[in-house]
Amino acid sequence: MTYVIHGIFSFLASTMFGIIFNSPRNRLLHCGFVGAVGWLVFLASRDLLLEGDAVKASFLGAFAVAIVAHLFSKRYRTPMIIFSVAGIIPLVPGGTAYNTMRNVMEKNYDAATVHAMEVFMVSGSIAMGLVFAEVIIQLIFKKRKTT
Amino acid sequence: MNDAREEMGIDACLLAGRLMMEAGAETYRVDDTMTRMAASLDMEGADSFTTSTGIIFSPGGQRRVKLTSIRRRATDLEKIARVNAISRALSSGEMTLEGAYGALKKIESGNFMFPFWLQVLAAAIASASFLVLFGGNWQNMIFAVIAGGIGFVVSEKFHERTRVKFFSEFTGSAVIGLISLAAVRLGLGSQLDIIIIASVMPLVPGLLITNAIRDLMAGHFMAGISKGAEAFLTAFAIGSGIALILSLRGAGL
Repeated sequence: MTYVIHGIFSFLASTMFGIIFNSPRNRLLHCGFVGAVGWLVFLASRDLLLEGDAVKASFLGAFAVAIVAHLFSKRYRTPMIIFSVAGIIPLVPGGTAYNTMRNVMEKNYDAATVHAMEVFMVSGSIAMGLVFAEVIIQLIFKKRKTT
Repeated sequence: MNDAREEMGIDACLLAGRLMMEAGAETYRVDDTMTRMAASLDMEGADSFTTSTGIIFSPGGQRRVKLTSIRRRATDLEKIARVNAISRALSSGEMTLEGAYGALKKIESGNFMFPFWLQVLAAAIASASFLVLFGGNWQNMIFAVIAGGIGFVVSEKFHERTRVKFFSEFTGSAVIGLISLAAVRLGLGSQLDIIIIASVMPLVPGLLITNAIRDLMAGHFMAGISKGAEAFLTAFAIGSGIALILSLRGAGL
């Protein structure tokens, strides 16, 4: 049940971000789909596989976003960025960044450092997820061309 | 190829590059698009140097080198898709140079953005959705809608008036913090943290973060670093806006 609710709302959020970023009108629902896939992969792997490790889960989420976005971009012959940008938004570690800021304000520098480190690691793993997916897709498509 | 036509070809390449860069495309895609267009116009040895503030395009041989500067940057995915479609049509020969140049000019003067009220509505609904994703209570949804919507309006309007990017995000997030704090202080809402985080999400520089990473990985260090700096400053502006309000809370308000 949680996953159904999360699926619906992550779809909604990414579609709305498609509107804010002015995606082509007939691609809005695709943006939402990419976002929902990324968030559900993140959520499921964090809670079921990785025992709450947000860093590795973000990697998997970003990886899924990039793969689906790439497939859409091949299918509709539009730049991949149109699908991936809105999809990546739910994974951005906004909450942890906020906690860093709040702890700094409250002069809890120990807690702030821990949160800041987590923000850094999560953003890094999102980046790695995007890059890994791209490299793998490039390898696959190049292989197909040569054979 | 005669002189006038050659000039038009160079202008078309530069215009396509500038439009894509202004709309927030990745730097390597801009380079790639311009080189492809040049190749389809028989400009041998064409090359370009793209940063997030300007493009230098050399058509090769004895032809003149031209440059264009990029003054405003916004996120407009529709524009990227349209310019991309034109460059594809030109490369495959479906479109003549004159047709492509005319179409690019039309994109330059056209406005494809969604109406402003719809963007505000989208920001408000997105904030409410994030509240659910971050584990908020249903009764706090209305505050995320209000704070997210008003914060987005304030940030956009400030950006229009002042043209100082970081100040607009600072003000937007400060307003969000103020509304959320007021809602909780009046006893209407709970979970101050989650309401603020959810409402701030529409201001997050998502495109910049993704592009900075992809440009760095593609070896465009100049553009990657400058986009990363822009993303960092935006995030910092949002953070300090919230911090300002939280320090008010510390002062007993």
